[in-house]
Amino acid sequence: MAVKTPIYLDNAATTRCDPRVVEAMLPYFSEKFGNSGSRNHRFGWDAEDGIETAREQAARLIGADAKEVIFTSGATEGNNLAVKGAAEIYAKAPAGQQGRGHIITCTIEHKAVLDPCKRLQREGFDVTFLDPPADGVITAEMVRAAMRPDTILVSIMWANNEIGTINEVPEIGRLCHEKGVIFHTDGTQWVGKMPTDVERDCIDLLSWSGHKMYGPKGVGALYVRRRKPRVRLEAMIDGGGQERGMRSGTQNVTGIVGFGKACELCQAEMEHDRERLLKLRRRLEDGLSGRMEVVQVNGHRDRRLPHIANISFGFVEGESLMMGIKDIACSSGSACTSASLEPSYVLKGLGVGDELAHSSLRLSFGRWTTEEEVDYAIESISKAVEHLRKLSPLYDLYKEGVDLSTIEWQHH
Amino acid sequence: MAYSEKVVDHYQNPRNVGSFGASSDVKTRTDIGVGIVGAPECGDVMQLQLKVTAEGVIEDAKFKCFGCGSAIASSSLATEWVKGRTVDEALQIKNTQIVEELALPPVKIHCSVLAEDSIRAAIEDWKKKNGIAVAEEAHAH
Repeated sequence: MAVKTPIYLDNAATTRCDPRVVEAMLPYFSEKFGNSGSRNHRFGWDAEDGIETAREQAARLIGADAKEVIFTSGATEGNNLAVKGAAEIYAKAPAGQQGRGHIITCTIEHKAVLDPCKRLQREGFDVTFLDPPADGVITAEMVRAAMRPDTILVSIMWANNEIGTINEVPEIGRLCHEKGVIFHTDGTQWVGKMPTDVERDCIDLLSWSGHKMYGPKGVGALYVRRRKPRVRLEAMIDGGGQERGMRSGTQNVTGIVGFGKACELCQAEMEHDRERLLKLRRRLEDGLSGRMEVVQVNGHRDRRLPHIANISFGFVEGESLMMGIKDIACSSGSACTSASLEPSYVLKGLGVGDELAHSSLRLSFGRWTTEEEVDYAIESISKAVEHLRKLSPLYDLYKEGVDLSTIEWQHH
Repeated sequence: MAYSEKVVDHYQNPRNVGSFGASSDVKTRTDIGVGIVGAPECGDVMQLQLKVTAEGVIEDAKFKCFGCGSAIASSSLATEWVKGRTVDEALQIKNTQIVEELALPPVKIHCSVLAEDSIRAAIEDWKKKNGIAVAEEAHAH
C-alpha cells in the first residue's frame, strides 16, 4: 500500500487533535459560549459545567481529586507556576536575601523547568542540577545524595522529551515525602501515555499539556496536592481569582473542554495505544539497526517511553540527513532548540560524542501512525544515510580504522 | 529552512565526490594537495584533494564533506570552480562568490568560509610538498 506523504513522526512535538476532541469542543464556541464566572445565567452555568466535567476527566487520568486540578495554558505555564510558585512559598528567607533554600533538578529538563530554576538561582536560591548518567535515567539515589537539610523542592521530569527515558519517579517521590520536600514532576510526555496515580507515585505537583495527547494547543493542567501535604503556591498571574486563586483569568473554556475529552480518551485507550506504539518503536529501531552499522539508539534500553525513538547515525550530520528525508516530519534534537546549530544539550548531557549528537533524529509516534509509515521511514532514512556516508570523510576514516578522537581537528 | 535550488541540486548530485586513494598514500604524493578543515564537534568537516601538475594547474579535484546541505553544496561547488585553474587563480576564489552562487542565508555563511579555507589548505599542502614558499596571507575571518 502506498503511504501518503509527508509522514508525521514528530508526535513528541505535538499531536493531531483527535476528531472526537474537536467535536466535544465545538458547542463551546457557539451556543455554550458563556464565561464560567457568570454565576447568574444559563450561559455561565453551561460553561462552568463544561469546565468541571473536564476537571473530573483530568483528575481521573492521574488518580487525583478534581479539586486538585488547576487549568493552565500548557506545561510551560504549569512548570513555571509549580517551580517558582512553590519556591516563593517555601523559601527559608525573604526576597533579597541569600540562603533562601535549596532546589534539586537535572540538566536534561525541558527549558520550561531549567530557566525558572536559573531565575530562582539569581534570586537567592541554591540549585543543584544533576547530570544524568550515560543511560539518561535520573535515580532516587542521585537525588538522595544531593539532598540537604535546607532542600525545599525537587523538580525532576517523569520522562525526557528528546530521548524518552523514564526517571525513577515513584522512588524520587517517596524519598521526597520521607524528607518532607515538595516534589514536582513535568509529566508532559508521560501523562496520557502511561498509567499515572499521584497517590501511588507520591507526587505533589504534576504539570502536563493537552496538545501532546491529542488535545488542543494552549491548554494544560497542573495537579496541586491538597492533603498530606497540602501544597501551597504563590500565583504568577493575579486577577479575578479563578482556579483557586492560583491562576487568574477567564478560563479557556473550549480548550479546557477539549483537554478533558482528550484525557478521557487517553485513559480509555491507554493500554491499546501503548502496546501499538511500543511495537512501532521497536520496528523502527530494529529496522534501522539491522540495515546499517554504527546506529545508536540513545537512552536506557528498556526504561523508555513507547512513542519516542532517538537514534544517532555515525558519520553523518543531522541537518543534511533531514534534507534527505524531506517527506518525513521529525526532529533533529529538540524542536524547541532547532533554531540554534548547537548539538542537543540533552544528548551532550548523556555523554553522546559530539559527532553522534550532531547526527541524531528524534522520531515519535502517535495514535494514527501505521506500520507502513514506519517501513517507509526505515527505507527513506537508510537511503539518505547511505548517500551521506558516501560523502563523509569521517566514514572513510572509520573504514580505514582510524580512531576519530585521536585526530587533531582544525577548529573553526 | 528552505534551501536554494542550487544547494538541493549539489546535495542530490554532488560533483567530484571521492579521493585519490587511501589517506596514508595521498599524504606522501607530491602531485596531490590535501586540505581538511573543520571538526566533527562543530558539525562540519570538509576534505578537499587537488591533483596539481608540475606547472601548478589543478587537473582534478575531489571532495568529501560531513556537514549540512549548504556545506556539501559549498564544497561540491568548490571542486567545480578550481578544476582547470592554476593554484594562484584558485586562491582568488572568495567565500562571498560561493554565498552568491548558492544563495546561502547568513546563518550558512560559515559553510562558504570553510570551502574557501579548504582550497587554501589543499594548495598550501601541495606547495609545502613541492618546496614552494607559502605566502602569509591574512585570512578573511
